[in-house]
Amino acid sequence: MKQYAYYPGCSLESLAKPYQLSAKEVSLALGLDLKEIEDWNCCGATAYFPVDELLAYTLVARNLAIAEKTGLTEFVAPCSACFKNAYYTNNYLKKDPDLADHINFALEEDDLHVEGTLKVRHLIEVMLEDVGLEAIKNQVTHPLAGLKIAPYYGCQLLRPRKDHEDVENPQFFEELLSAIGAEPLKYETKTRCCGASLIITNRKAALEMVRLLLKEAIDRGADVIATTCPMCNVNLEVYQSQVNREFGTDYSIPVMYFTQLMGMALGIAPRRLGIAKESVPKAREAVTA
Amino acid sequence: MAAELSFNQEIANMMYATHGNPISHCLQCGTCSGTCPAADFMDYTPRAIIGMIRENFKDEVLASNTYWSCASCYHCTVRCPAGIDIADMMYALKRYSMWKSRFKEGLIGPDFSEAFVKMIVNSGKSFEPILATTYLPRFSAADMVQEALTATGLVLKGKIPLLPKRIKRLKKFQRMVKRIIPLGELS
Repeated sequence: MKQYAYYPGCSLESLAKPYQLSAKEVSLALGLDLKEIEDWNCCGATAYFPVDELLAYTLVARNLAIAEKTGLTEFVAPCSACFKNAYYTNNYLKKDPDLADHINFALEEDDLHVEGTLKVRHLIEVMLEDVGLEAIKNQVTHPLAGLKIAPYYGCQLLRPRKDHEDVENPQFFEELLSAIGAEPLKYETKTRCCGASLIITNRKAALEMVRLLLKEAIDRGADVIATTCPMCNVNLEVYQSQVNREFGTDYSIPVMYFTQLMGMALGIAPRRLGIAKESVPKAREAVTA
Repeated sequence: MAAELSFNQEIANMMYATHGNPISHCLQCGTCSGTCPAADFMDYTPRAIIGMIRENFKDEVLASNTYWSCASCYHCTVRCPAGIDIADMMYALKRYSMWKSRFKEGLIGPDFSEAFVKMIVNSGKSFEPILATTYLPRFSAADMVQEALTATGLVLKGKIPLLPKRIKRLKKFQRMVKRIIPLGELS
């Protein structure tokens, strides 16, 4: 089994426990060995950068340094915000020796040193590139036939752009959903922001942003919205009732992590994928129906 | 004594990793404003803010809610024809306003960011209930009740742990932080 330095991030220990459960189950089933790095710290999400830039990079660099120490060469994050922070910090460290020196001076306090040599990846990339669509398809025992899914990419999985990849109309999520037998829907707002931490700092704005995403998915007849990030999942799922209260709607659409959907298709028991814990009760019926 | 820096230059100096991210290349085309999902909630659009920074409208920029309304989705950044990382510039404005303690009254963003950083420095990990105490008092009574109901539901479902987590090498971690920011004694 190929091994990866796995950085779950804080959300996967609390609000996104179902993501943690399903990510581990599905990885195991597909032959990916996610080795959780020891004593990792919070990556800062979007909340350190408004305070101090150098501290923000240092906190991310500590996790990269711990991963480098294991000798593994690939760093995998399931959360889009963690992934973006790790990816760009790693890049800046590689490109800017002054920045790396400064950060390494601070890391000495924890007997760590960072080089910026890791390959930083999001979990969905690892599934698509290292396992591959064909291999995934071959392992599907319970195809999600007839299940209409809105593929929600969100922001930081795609942006900022890393190379010359298509960030306006990517197709990889749709391809993955097709591979597990589901029907991915056309979803124009698939890369539009869910509001992220504005759900706390500017509730009114965030609820409107969430409303738009829910509305399009429901108008197109989606049974489920699929996500790749804890923040997106929480905003779309947990705050659905507050959208209903604010706008007088009666939305009730399940929101699930792509790993939960993959797990269902691979025949893993729903409870081992955290599926009974959804705030939206229709989730389970939709998939098992 | 050196001449006073323009606001444009001051903000450029707040962007280390992107080496100043030259906003002087802005064409004022408005693609960012048309793209921004939060633009309707901003006092000035992103395009206007860039123009205002360049023309040294420092007080007006700092007093606006624009940069604290940015969710860091980078949609403007990937579409900017002049190659400006506008989301990064919004972060630079946030840093500047935190540094100078100058922001529009009533915003939750600055308090939230400060509380978040303190929480991490004190434990190494994030923990929702501690954060909630920083913003809940700012909500209306009705919103507070809604939030409390949501949170109670999440605790009952086992999604929010009742005790905060800490990293193991916390002391070393805090000394590491002090090499970047000389914080004095941590509270």
